[in-house]
Amino acid sequence: MSLMKKHTHLERNSILMLVCIIVVVLIGGIVEIIPLFRMETVIEPVKGMRPYTPLELAGQNIFIREGCNVCHSQQIRPLRDEVVRYGHYSLAAESMYDHPFLWGSKRTGPDLARVGGRYSDEWHVAHLKNPRDVVPESIMPTYSMLAKRAVKLDDMPAHLKTLRIVGVPYTDDMVEEAYNDGMAQARADSPNIDGLKARYGDKVNARDFDGNPNLTSEMDALVAYLQVLGTMVDFSDYEPAAGAK
Amino acid sequence: MSDQNKPEIDKISGVETTGHEWDGLKELNNPAPRWWLWIFYVTCIWSFGYWVVYPAWPTLSGHTKGTLGWTQFKKLENEQAEITVRQATYADAFKNASFEQIMKDEKLYTFAVAGGKAAFKNNCATCHGSGAQGGKGYPNLNDDDWLWGGKVSDIYQTLQYGIRSGHDEARVSQMPSFGKDGVLKQDEIKGVAEYVIALSEGKATADMAGAKVFAENCAACHGEQGQGGREVGAPKLADAIWLYGGDEKTVYETVYNARAGVMPYWKGKLSDDTLRMLTVYVHSLGGGEAEEQQAAAPAPAPEAVPAATEGEQQQNATEQQPAAAQPAPTGGEQQ
Repeated sequence: MSLMKKHTHLERNSILMLVCIIVVVLIGGIVEIIPLFRMETVIEPVKGMRPYTPLELAGQNIFIREGCNVCHSQQIRPLRDEVVRYGHYSLAAESMYDHPFLWGSKRTGPDLARVGGRYSDEWHVAHLKNPRDVVPESIMPTYSMLAKRAVKLDDMPAHLKTLRIVGVPYTDDMVEEAYNDGMAQARADSPNIDGLKARYGDKVNARDFDGNPNLTSEMDALVAYLQVLGTMVDFSDYEPAAGAK
Repeated sequence: MSDQNKPEIDKISGVETTGHEWDGLKELNNPAPRWWLWIFYVTCIWSFGYWVVYPAWPTLSGHTKGTLGWTQFKKLENEQAEITVRQATYADAFKNASFEQIMKDEKLYTFAVAGGKAAFKNNCATCHGSGAQGGKGYPNLNDDDWLWGGKVSDIYQTLQYGIRSGHDEARVSQMPSFGKDGVLKQDEIKGVAEYVIALSEGKATADMAGAKVFAENCAACHGEQGQGGREVGAPKLADAIWLYGGDEKTVYETVYNARAGVMPYWKGKLSDDTLRMLTVYVHSLGGGEAEEQQAAAPAPAPEAVPAATEGEQQQNATEQQPAAAQPAPTGGEQQ
């Protein structure tokens, strides 16, 4: 039992104990943190990913503000039943522009990683206003106030700039036009639509999401965000990189 | 060992104490049970083996792969392959069979309906209800009242590309917003709403105030007798089935603002086999219509079917409505 005797020695000498603790924590820290400085080794590049538009970003902020992520994860794990239910498993690259990421492990409601395009805008609006109207057994709270509140977009340029610091590739043009892009996306007939599509790609959904042309509401923003989730990568031509398999 | 802390021996048990005292209570310093220690040592040794065979340590260029080459993605692939093998008896035959063959083969039909039912619960029930009973704005799929057609090829087309879904091949049509866009005056809308309700009750007569308005504005799509027009997804009005509601207020709203329900497209979101199972399932619910004999077999060439003509027909139909056509809403999808 000589090992145990040495341990007693370690336990009764506080300086020695402190040094040993620091060494152990350092090893753990280095092993976990250092690889993250080389993100390219953990995020496989995927075609189709783009930063969120200002309206979608506002929607994500509302999503977080209302705590949607407390009950809804955004991460389809590579398990058979999940893939059957929700679609292709989530790729790391699909949340590379999420700050913070909203993966989650608790699902009171279903996973939302690929909810985009699965339901109509009308359904989303009805569901957010009163979930029981479309899903009788739902226990989700109502969010009808979102339809009445104007979405705050005037601080979007600053928001985009901030995200650029942490690595989201917003261009100067995007930052400058952030407010106009946000307003344009919630209407189908805006003159700024071409600019929005030039900046964020032709696939951008631009329409009156909440069905109320008189107000660009928080509902518009949240539905725009929900409708883009999981739709950026086209899985019909997706092949996992050799390293990821 | 610190010299000032000579281990104290407990008199009763004869065991060394830790030297700590709380209100006269002292803790015996019994060694951990030997069996426990051995298991602990064995798990430590086990972990080394684990590091070797499984991916474990991050490195600068990725991570150690382990000798087994295990990844969660391979595991998923294997699990899916296992299911594919188990389903192969029917799935392979299903893949190669046309809808016509599936409808005739009892086993394939049962397979398709069972698979479609599961997929329906998962993807479609959210709007159409778990019993496909529909809801306000979401059609009941159990009846034979179809907006765009109830033949297998129609259902397959709708499932693949959706309705006003934004997909290039989607079924698209737009009812004019007669009130919002100022095509009809308030009392005209009121009259036509009354006429439409009378139509559904079989009480409509030509001398009703709304009859003329109906003939001029609505009949082009909904038919002279309100029998509906499937080329443009115009609902049959001469029955008691309502998609948004048949009371006067709702019908007024419908005529005033128009309706444009959206069904998402599913091609690319669900596999083609799943979509075909869903087609058979929805067709089996009660309202499925028989394919005309001459119609081309839909399964082998899914892209070929109506889609292209759909748009033209729809245009023709709207052109026939002079009053309605000019203030056509700007965005087809918005509504």
